[in-house]
Amino acid sequence: MSLVLSIALTHIRARLRQTLVGLLGVATGVGFSVMMAALMEGSQRDFVSQLVDALPHISVSDQRREPPPQPAEDAFDAVEIHGLTTPVIRPGIKNPYAIIASIESWLPGAVAPSVQSKAVLRFAGRDTAASVVGIDPRREPNVSKLATQIVAGSLNDLYKSSNAIILGSGLAKRIGARVGNSVTMVGGNGRTMSATVVALSRTGVNQLDENQAHTLIKTAQILAGQTGLVNEIRVRTHDAMGAREIAQRIEAETRYKSVSWLEANEDLLSAFQVRNFIMFAVVGAILLVASFGTYNIISTITHEKTRDIAIMKSLGMPARTVRRIFVLEALMIGVMGVIAGWALGYAMSLGMGQVEFKSPFMDATRLPILYSPTHYLLAGAVALAASAIAGFFPARKAASLQPVDIIRGAS
Amino acid sequence: MSLPATAPQGRPLIETRGVTRVIGGDIPATLVAGIDFAVQPGEFVAVTGPSGSGKSSLLYLLGLLDKPTTGEVYVDGKATSELSEDARAALRLSSLSFVFQFHFLLPEFTAMDNVMLPMRALGKLNDKEMQARALDILASLGLGDHARKRPDQMSGGQRQRVAIARALANDPLVILADEPTGNLDTVSSGQVLSIMRNLVDSSRTDHAKAIIIVTHDLDLAAKADRRVHIVDGRIEAPAPQDD
Repeated sequence: MSLVLSIALTHIRARLRQTLVGLLGVATGVGFSVMMAALMEGSQRDFVSQLVDALPHISVSDQRREPPPQPAEDAFDAVEIHGLTTPVIRPGIKNPYAIIASIESWLPGAVAPSVQSKAVLRFAGRDTAASVVGIDPRREPNVSKLATQIVAGSLNDLYKSSNAIILGSGLAKRIGARVGNSVTMVGGNGRTMSATVVALSRTGVNQLDENQAHTLIKTAQILAGQTGLVNEIRVRTHDAMGAREIAQRIEAETRYKSVSWLEANEDLLSAFQVRNFIMFAVVGAILLVASFGTYNIISTITHEKTRDIAIMKSLGMPARTVRRIFVLEALMIGVMGVIAGWALGYAMSLGMGQVEFKSPFMDATRLPILYSPTHYLLAGAVALAASAIAGFFPARKAASLQPVDIIRGAS
Repeated sequence: MSLPATAPQGRPLIETRGVTRVIGGDIPATLVAGIDFAVQPGEFVAVTGPSGSGKSSLLYLLGLLDKPTTGEVYVDGKATSELSEDARAALRLSSLSFVFQFHFLLPEFTAMDNVMLPMRALGKLNDKEMQARALDILASLGLGDHARKRPDQMSGGQRQRVAIARALANDPLVILADEPTGNLDTVSSGQVLSIMRNLVDSSRTDHAKAIIIVTHDLDLAAKADRRVHIVDGRIEAPAPQDD
């Protein structure tokens, strides 16, 4: 064993109480940092994941970002036309299945048609506004998690009845309907049709669960009063984070407005950036405070070892060796503290993961925790760097001591 | 007994030429004033003098713990004033060693670890060789059974003998002792003195060492080969018989 390591180890073993205090300081800093990061990023990821799971990654609607050019504008380049009424355009995406086939030819993911319509659900004498989404039960599981979010019945039950409807669990609760009940749907054009509740779905996002219902595409088309209507193409990509680029390509190819989930929730994601900044500031502050603790301990050890330092130097030990001893001591305390901190952070994260959390926006759930090696490595690296710095300055001071000054005083 | 104050002729192990040490800022104090002093191999030299006369300061200059304001210190013929701190430390480690009034052992280490410390710093021997040598030295000083004890488990005399063992670890040319018996009872003082005397005597045949001892103890000084008396930072010759 090297001289420096041997002396550092002996100091650490002999000053067990101080070593433990220093170690606990680092461990607490690392532990709380890991737990905080796991909690903050866990909750963020959980929220985003619910958001992504609840909705398709890209929604291609029958809207356009810019109104289509007037035919006269196409015909006469030099003419500026005012006051023309936009021609009435039949709602829906033109040739939807051709577009779907085109997208499917290159998309890493899946595509499904749907019909978005508004309706009033009438049950037990009460009217409740709802968003009725017509879907294809064979394609839908490829673009959303609806099939796994069914809590009563199944997605394929839509085929069981001529006008079947799946109600969001919150919506069913609001109107008091259960599976097997018959509800009346009133479309935007006043068309009325009766539907049988065949299943209930729950996404976990209250806003959706309380307002959304699903039917077959054909049922939604009848409700909207337009045969063959497909006003939304739902897209799910293999890489949710790459949805923005794919949406841009789809829009460029089809000219229909394609909105990725990232674009739809831009405000929310910006808020997460602020939240992340706050998280790193808090975690950094915790580690900084822990570093002051380490500095304090190493300074105290160094101060108490002044006479020993003088002796080591009088024996002929070079200043750099003395410096290394105390930096190594700080690093050893740091390493032990980091390991203990990782264990503490993991245990606290596990504990926090058991806490039930009631969100006003979602179902009751446990606190979401993200176990990421990055958190552990980052907290460990910062704590080790802080320990090294905390050890360096007292070590430098120790190494610069003149042994004669100490020996004269001590003799 | 009157001891000679001048050194025998030959190449000295350690030598000062016109060494002066001045400290302080606004009101400077001269600790050592132009001392010329040389110690030959196999010599046991006692440095005596009243408190504050500059004995210990001279010892620290000789041991390269301090730098002279003017003059030069030679160790085994090598001038030292222009050497870097690291080079002085290396020379101290290989050629010089100290025994202080207080033992200055590292409290957390065993006697053997303390003795091995200079050897480990020098790095010439492997672990087994260092342990064997440390045990040999401790045994030769009657501390064979105390090798695994820490300083707080030993008596004052035993601790001082461990300090002497540590000073012998790297087989130095010169041992510099500053009141080594100052904190010891009569019996322990006698033991320490006799050890030092034997060290010099036994080394005369092979790899001769020198011991320079700063002391107030006239009995101890009387057992030296030569006595140098210092007053106000200067050597007074011939040395008086008492202080």
